[in-house]
Amino acid sequence: MNIMDILVTHGPALLVAIPLLGAFLTPLISKVNDKVRNLFVICTIGITGIILLLVAQQVFDSGPITYVFGSNLNMVQKDTVIRILFEIDALSIFMAFISIILAFAASIYSWGFLGKETGQDKYYTLLLLMTTGMLGMVLTGDLFNFFVFIEITSIASAALIAFWTNKVKAVEAGFKYIFVSTIGALFILFALALLYGQYDALNIAKLADNITFSYLDKIALILFISALAMKGGIVPMHMWLPDAYGRAPASVSLVLVGATQASLYGVFRVLFTLYGNVITLPQISFGWILILLGLLTMLVGVIMAMIQTEFKRLIAYGAVAELGYMFLGVGTGLTIIANPDVALSAAPFAFEAMKGGIFHIINDALDVGLLFMVAGAVYYATKETSLNNLGGLARNMKYTTIFFIIGLFAISGLPPMNGFASKLLIYESTYQLNPILSIIAILSSIMLLAVFVKIFQSVFLGPKMKKFEHVTEAPKSMLLAMGIIAAIIIFFGLFPDLIITHLVEPAANALIHPEQYLQWLTGGI
Amino acid sequence: MISLDQLFNTFDTGNGFWNPLLWVIAFVVIFLILYIIIGMGNNAYKKGTSQTQAFLSGNPESEKEAMHVKSSNLYWGWTESMKWIIDALKSMHTGNVGDYILWFVVFMGVLLLFVGLI
Amino acid sequence: MIANIPFIAVALLIIVGLYAVIFRKNLIKMLIGITIIESGVNLFLITLGYREGGVAPIFTSAPENTIMMYPVPQALTLTSIVIGVAVLALMLSFIIHMYRHTKSLDARTFGGDDQ
Repeated sequence: MNIMDILVTHGPALLVAIPLLGAFLTPLISKVNDKVRNLFVICTIGITGIILLLVAQQVFDSGPITYVFGSNLNMVQKDTVIRILFEIDALSIFMAFISIILAFAASIYSWGFLGKETGQDKYYTLLLLMTTGMLGMVLTGDLFNFFVFIEITSIASAALIAFWTNKVKAVEAGFKYIFVSTIGALFILFALALLYGQYDALNIAKLADNITFSYLDKIALILFISALAMKGGIVPMHMWLPDAYGRAPASVSLVLVGATQASLYGVFRVLFTLYGNVITLPQISFGWILILLGLLTMLVGVIMAMIQTEFKRLIAYGAVAELGYMFLGVGTGLTIIANPDVALSAAPFAFEAMKGGIFHIINDALDVGLLFMVAGAVYYATKETSLNNLGGLARNMKYTTIFFIIGLFAISGLPPMNGFASKLLIYESTYQLNPILSIIAILSSIMLLAVFVKIFQSVFLGPKMKKFEHVTEAPKSMLLAMGIIAAIIIFFGLFPDLIITHLVEPAANALIHPEQYLQWLTGGI
Repeated sequence: MISLDQLFNTFDTGNGFWNPLLWVIAFVVIFLILYIIIGMGNNAYKKGTSQTQAFLSGNPESEKEAMHVKSSNLYWGWTESMKWIIDALKSMHTGNVGDYILWFVVFMGVLLLFVGLI
Repeated sequence: MIANIPFIAVALLIIVGLYAVIFRKNLIKMLIGITIIESGVNLFLITLGYREGGVAPIFTSAPENTIMMYPVPQALTLTSIVIGVAVLALMLSFIIHMYRHTKSLDARTFGGDDQ
């Protein structure tokens, strides 16, 4: 067996094991030298990305992969599934790409951003642990494993948010984050105990096969959606998000975007795959609940963003508003799918809406990530966070201004960036369900443009300020990280058809047809 | 793996299409046309006279740094007219961690009421 | 009716815990509220493994012809208890930091939107 065979067969386990091993080796390696440690972290995430490409090729060729820990798939009993499985389908690969790209950019960015601060070895350990947690959350096929990875991600993120322990505000934000996260995770545990008590199974595929929509199942679904939506930052439970994103170091905010989107992945997985066979039963359609939540999130996020005066807190409220678009798109798709009278082929706009919502996940992660990195660069150069005290920085920081303009065009959905492609799909498909949805979506997009133009005018334009005369451009590693994300944004914007047919359509298909997920259980090997 | 002509496809949204390369070409062409038209100049423009100074309703122009509009003063008209909704939202965002969990429990209760009764 | 007492206890624990989290302003009391909710959920997990007339699920020198309790919920509960201990330690260390800086344990002093 050569090395390629081992990588391909055991790829899913290596995706979680390599960052975990790297996380525990980092304190040892940091005793040697600082540069060696930074290079080690970047190489670990790079190797994980290469293995992800190999696994992705296998998944796109031959359907979902099932990887059993410690045994062969043939030897797992079919009537009682006893081992922990990783089940990787196209949506998992999509979310794993987002996590790896964000973690890679964050590790390059932290090299310059942290500079000479103390405690950096603990920072990189926690960063790799957070990557492990995010990848585990999206790759697993077992509900209790999902809960354990949620807790790993929450604990690592809370410690990273409170990284600047000399400031009280950062420690307070970390406390609020871990508080809210723990309550959410406890309710997820309660819901999965309800499901376990009824069906004696924790495996998602086994549960999806046996589920009937009894009263306890309804309660479990509501608990899952509420707890995972709270961790994902949906209004009215979004209030921890501006505190956590706004007071963490900028590279931590970048990876935290990936962690909150993995929780939204949890909502979609529970709704479409775990309850996939019974989603046509309830009288009240969960699609409309998702649509209403999406609209509320967009409006509240954007109205609160108008009145903020701190740079990163404002971008965090913009991130809240962008989360609403994903729920709007996927909710429109669910409304049609859950209706047994209307066939999916008679309403093609439902598939377009699902594609738009899922494409928006990666667009939002990249755009908001780039804006957070620009905010971090401005903070690194001027040590100011309040928008009222900044001004005229475009003379000193030229590249940062260009990256901010790219981010501004992308997040407000202006052509030719990637935000326009996904928002066009969402506008055109939700218009056919109900015109008001599309109108509110466009209105919120315009207000987001207003908010970011306000930042642009007050931070970068304007006369030359005397207190900023010594300000120079950000260090090269931060510019390199921003450049990587900006290049991906422009690539996605100029060639959207490529990304949609190769990455987004398989993911949307995997959600709409849950039979593919259950194939190893019901189809026979 | 991916052929070159696939790069330039338009994608179809079901009700329209979007091809970013056509948009870029159209943008460049229109930009060039407008640049040439504006570049031809205006004969009535004399630089350096009082025609080019800023008009501030007769007030004297103060130093450059104080003229920069601070960010909380931008969009003053919008925030004033939407004061009722902005104050309502601000009073909801208290910052107390117990209130965050209260919103969570209220949200869960409303959903349970909907799904249980309807 | 007797068999339902653990489930009623679980519901009471979770309600008391949620009351302590939502309506108390002292940070330590909110933390104790989280611990009570966690105890309630762990009790629920353990109760699910009960079978009438069963013995403890240990294989060595087990009595003949008896049914055993389900062992899986016990493993889940152990994992959950360990996670709960880690999270509790982290939250307490955050509270100690905040107390050292501001000398107050009131949740209302740690405000949100004002700078």
